[in-house]
Amino acid sequence: MPAWFGHRSVTLIVLAAIVVVLPLLFPSSYYFRVASLVWVSAFAAIGLNILMGQAGQVSLGHAGFFGIGAYAVAIGPAHLGLPSWGALLIGAVISAASAWLVGRPILRLKGHYLAIATLGLGVLVALVITTESRWTGGPDGMSVAKLSLFGWRASGSSTWYWISGGVLVVGTWIALNLGETPTGRALRALHDSEVAARVAGIDVARFKLQAFVIAAVYASLAGSMLAMMNGFINPDQAGFLHSVELVTMVVLGGLGSVVGSIVGAAVLITLPQVLTVFQEYEHVLLGLIIIVSMIFMRDGIVPTASRWLARRVRV
Amino acid sequence: MTILAASNIGISFGGIKAIDGVSFAVDAGQILSIIGPNGAGKTTLFNVVSGLYEADQGRVELVGEDVTSLAPDMLAARGLSRTFQNLQIFQRMTAAENVMVGRHLRETCNLFADLFRLPSVTRQNRATREAALALLDGVGLRGSADQLAGSLPYGACKRLEIARALAAEPRVLLLDEPAAGCNAVETEEIDELVRRVAAKGIAVVLVEHDMKLVMKISDRILVLERGRPLTEGTPREVRDNPAVLEAYLGKHGAGEAARA
Ligand SMILES: Nc1ncnc2c1ncn2[C@@H]1O[C@H](COP(=O)(O)OP(=O)(O)OP(=O)(O)O)[C@@H](O)[C@H]1O
Ligand SMILES: [Mg+2]
Repeated sequence: MPAWFGHRSVTLIVLAAIVVVLPLLFPSSYYFRVASLVWVSAFAAIGLNILMGQAGQVSLGHAGFFGIGAYAVAIGPAHLGLPSWGALLIGAVISAASAWLVGRPILRLKGHYLAIATLGLGVLVALVITTESRWTGGPDGMSVAKLSLFGWRASGSSTWYWISGGVLVVGTWIALNLGETPTGRALRALHDSEVAARVAGIDVARFKLQAFVIAAVYASLAGSMLAMMNGFINPDQAGFLHSVELVTMVVLGGLGSVVGSIVGAAVLITLPQVLTVFQEYEHVLLGLIIIVSMIFMRDGIVPTASRWLARRVRV
Repeated sequence: MTILAASNIGISFGGIKAIDGVSFAVDAGQILSIIGPNGAGKTTLFNVVSGLYEADQGRVELVGEDVTSLAPDMLAARGLSRTFQNLQIFQRMTAAENVMVGRHLRETCNLFADLFRLPSVTRQNRATREAALALLDGVGLRGSADQLAGSLPYGACKRLEIARALAAEPRVLLLDEPAAGCNAVETEEIDELVRRVAAKGIAVVLVEHDMKLVMKISDRILVLERGRPLTEGTPREVRDNPAVLEAYLGKHGAGEAARA
């Protein structure tokens, strides 16, 4: 395998090139919308992958943070007169703070406590959103003000395509950075052997907490973007099914692979669009495809594919 | 100078005393071996001393400071390193990365700098990798630096663990059966490696079943039997102690061995 293969800057350049070139193939604005959805979901999945793939911890309530970010940009401008970008930042801070508060006591424990605790957190967030209808519009959702920066208003699917694509490239850059740093190594080490990591001087609880907070911020920003892009938000975005969807993107694409999370998101967003032709069998087929690919590509799409490529190139 | 001293350590699991009243001390540059039959409590003693288990009784001192029940990462920061009897390598990381993790305490770790890959991070990475490669060279694994640790043979993993433990520049190194599963040549390499470590002034505590190796390199030997200290002394004293043979072979076996 050539040395540049899988190198950080190559990955980034390829991703940026795809973002730039893809619109040339789009026959209609509908395609811009689907692609933007992919970029936003990929952004959330990349963050979750730092927690799941690198630190080896599972969050089953990640849509909760997505929801916090989404409702922050909905409620901030509508009820508090905040600018959207300010509300987005406040949403990220609230997400980070709640991740920290929930994670701190839990991540000292071993086992799947985080999964359970995050499950609870996600349910709680969704519940609050549904019941506080005065602020959130309840189950019906609420409309979201358009993002405006220095008098320029972001609207239209192609505008949001470029915003979400740009943000995804930056998010990918950061996630790729992390892998080969003291923090990234500490996360991967505690994933493989917690005792060995501790004995090497790694404060395991602290690093898990960092990964959890980073993942929460990623999800929150993704939620804000989606809400502003759609101009509308409902509680489903914060719900359990969406959490499961995010986890599936990460696992399907490949745990620990940044590119994998993007691929996982792309598959999970575009596949249902393609499968709509099968009408009532859509969900069954989607489920089958996921099951079959997990059986044949246990490590996820990208790790399996790159191993296959590596074998090919060597021959 | 005494680096590590444990006194009157005791720990029980479900009412059964795994260790009871065990003490030892090791000086800088000294090799202390701890031997005893299977289940004697050697690994448990290591787990207590390295902070993985909390003892019911006793006291651990590191360079004169009381460190009893300190967390493993705090102990590591004070200069205690160890390897594991059942391999604990980072399988999905390369050999070089495993050793780089060992240098965690010698690196500055700043989340912000790491996320944005500031130039200081790249610089430090290069230095850490250099140090890791030198350490891998020391255990004969320089050629496998960029291989995944999970794909290395057993003997190599054992040495990789030693390199990772040394990367922290410890004052005391606990080795739990480093030569287990190694062939004669590999055991010879471990022998030489342990001597080199001690020669650098690091205190070494060695748990090992290979008696030839133990007798050859130990300054002193502590013998445990069913969690209790049986005897302690120089290799010669321990070898000539009939109680030790008895502990290993049972009364009958000891008699046979004496006649042989
Ligand atoms: N976490 C634990 N829970 C219950 N019992 C334990 C635990 N750790 C150790 N023991 C018990 O303590 C005793 C000592 O075990 P230990 O592993 O320390 O022996 P050892 O001297 O290292 O043996 P070996 O030479 O086989 O490695 C054993 O009876 C073991 O079953
Ligand atoms: Mg043992």
